[in-house]
Amino acid sequence: MPTIPNMKMNKNDMKVQDPSVRAHNFDEVALGYDEATAIDEAKRCLNCINSPCVQGCPVKIHIPAFIQKVRECDFEGAYQIIANSSNLPAVCGRVCPQETQCEQKCVRGIKGEPVGIGRLERFVADWHSSHSTEKERCAEPNGHRVAVIGSGPSGLTCAGDLAKKGYSVTIFEALHTAGGVLVYGIPEFRLPKAIVQKEIDKLIGMGVEIKTNVIIGKTLTIDELFADGYEAVFIGSGAGLPNFMGIPGEQLNGVYSANEFLTRSNLMKAYKEKMVTPIMKGGKVAVVGGGNVAMDAARTALRLGAEKVYIVYRRSMEELPARKEEVHHAEEEGIEFKLLCNPVEIIGYKNENDKNDPKNGFVRAIKCIKMELGEPDERGRRKPIPIAGSEFELEVDTVVMSIGTSPNPLIKSTTIGLETNSRGGIIIEENTGKTTKDRVYAGGDAVTGAATVISAMGAGKLAGQAIDEFLMKKI
Amino acid sequence: MFKIVSKKILNPTVMEMDIDAPLIAKKAEPGQFIILRVDDDGERIPLTVAGFDREAGTVKIIFQIVGATTEILSHKNEGDYIQDFVGPLGIPTETDGIQNVCVVGGGVGCAIAFPVTQKLFKLGKNVTSIIGFRSKDLIILEDEFKSNSNEFYLMTDDGSAGQMGNVCVPLEKILSSGKKFDKIIAIGPLVMMKFVVQTAKKYNIPCTVSMNPIMIDGTGMCGCCRLTVGGKIKFACVDGPDFNGYEVDFDEAIQRNKMYQEFEKKAREETCNLFKAEVK
Repeated sequence: MPTIPNMKMNKNDMKVQDPSVRAHNFDEVALGYDEATAIDEAKRCLNCINSPCVQGCPVKIHIPAFIQKVRECDFEGAYQIIANSSNLPAVCGRVCPQETQCEQKCVRGIKGEPVGIGRLERFVADWHSSHSTEKERCAEPNGHRVAVIGSGPSGLTCAGDLAKKGYSVTIFEALHTAGGVLVYGIPEFRLPKAIVQKEIDKLIGMGVEIKTNVIIGKTLTIDELFADGYEAVFIGSGAGLPNFMGIPGEQLNGVYSANEFLTRSNLMKAYKEKMVTPIMKGGKVAVVGGGNVAMDAARTALRLGAEKVYIVYRRSMEELPARKEEVHHAEEEGIEFKLLCNPVEIIGYKNENDKNDPKNGFVRAIKCIKMELGEPDERGRRKPIPIAGSEFELEVDTVVMSIGTSPNPLIKSTTIGLETNSRGGIIIEENTGKTTKDRVYAGGDAVTGAATVISAMGAGKLAGQAIDEFLMKKI
Repeated sequence: MFKIVSKKILNPTVMEMDIDAPLIAKKAEPGQFIILRVDDDGERIPLTVAGFDREAGTVKIIFQIVGATTEILSHKNEGDYIQDFVGPLGIPTETDGIQNVCVVGGGVGCAIAFPVTQKLFKLGKNVTSIIGFRSKDLIILEDEFKSNSNEFYLMTDDGSAGQMGNVCVPLEKILSSGKKFDKIIAIGPLVMMKFVVQTAKKYNIPCTVSMNPIMIDGTGMCGCCRLTVGGKIKFACVDGPDFNGYEVDFDEAIQRNKMYQEFEKKAREETCNLFKAEVK
């Protein structure tokens, strides 16, 4: 019974915490749709026959179908449709860059705003989580064992998909907590850890076994996993060592990589009172970089009590790679964007008269140079060029370098036959995730270097399919 | 959870524990380290492996009580459990091609220096060991070193045991007498390693040092443990912890280790007060 679509040009707004309040707490910023708003938003979907939005989704969720269910008030039905394709709906509804994926392809976006697909996904996942009483079920075992390395988005997706097909899956996690970047990287105010834990508990309910504190490549090798009876291995070991700029002063006390800063706050919970893991709180903070991780670090610093937080980015707002929504939230919270600026040096305290001055060796300021944009490079991005003589100093106490990572080196160094490219990424066949080592597949940041949660999930899904096809053929 | 199989007090501030961790015991080699978390809210701290029993499946750790975490750990007893224990991490100490070696250990660093000393001695290499402590009360592993070395020197800063002076005194004497080593392996406080390297350099003897910077994940993710080695950024957790001593920027490492000194001091005092309150 098709009803007339809601032809409002704009998405329904999602309630958020007031910026002046949320800048001082770690509670979630966005508060989600209520039922009436969700139904109203669902009515904006035209249910296009060719579903362009699905093409924009790395895990190919049947978007118009789930939105149709929302419209019909069948929220559990909507959830089941999403769950067929995605193992982490509550996560994706919060952290996916929908504006460059599903929502970018939405027909409604041609004239006006696209349907709020991400907000609807989030609503459906949260509705399920607070209403559903149904326990997860284990699929009929098919007798095959698969090992998954890393419990981040790619590993969880691969494990979930294989478990649904009856595989006995073990995830090996190096850290003490499962979740990977969802736990150590993305802050509580953007993705509450309780939500991640619920998604992980669902996988455990489906029969997936998670072994924390096991470092593949060190505690056990991939060949030992095969010797132990695992028939295929998926590597989703994630991003590795942080990049630094190579400028003077990066080793001063008070200079963090974004990975370290966020790990201390998120995984080790340094933001809570009385935790034993220390972190520098307060003062003035400069975050160098313009990605989502930089936004997370800046907003975390603010919530830890910084009096002033700067984002230092060498291009302009137009090229800034972070999600627009995150940038908007950061600006609302009072974070200052120093655009077209590039650090050239970090300057430390040096009290010549008192060698024991406790401030010695700590950051005092960051020296930047102003930039202008030149001609577009081969990727079409305009190249920033320093303006001679335009150096200036920003007085800061803490600097967070958020300029990317290189893939984790541990597995590569101990696995014979596993080849990597010049940047350290594991080499794979694009359509299967198959590596150069027999029966070993890989995906996510371990392959691509730093990318998004959803692209890692897409890679985990692809590899899960390839592993299934390979093992089924084998019989 | 990982069980503490045995606990021994080595001196007033240094403790030894054997932890039931068969997978790590099977793989560990001298020079590698583990990361542990005592309880659910604890921090992750790295400790270098002080020994292992592959058959019993245990890994030995020796630690000095310096901060909140080591304070809490020191109150655990035989039969208790610690939350997390992961490893072995880092690259094992390179021992290939060594015939004549001098191992220099300082303070609790001797715990880390011992496994490689024992390994080289058992392989029939010519081992000279020099171990140094502030005073007699703080000596650990004296007999172990003595029985695993061809030549043995014990030094204390105050002369309360062995000879008076720092570890560089006998090292300088040996080297100036014309004796050559293929390698010097130095493990101890940063300042000690810095001066051992200076002495080694004077006589053109290669010198390996074991770095123990602040770490969090220890698996090559956070970048906290970075050092400048040969003018480049290196990460102790995946590139080390052993480095060519000639190339390490010790002054920078000393500075970086002070980052949380104030915090640590306060955290430990608070922890001690908690334990005192419990006793009351």
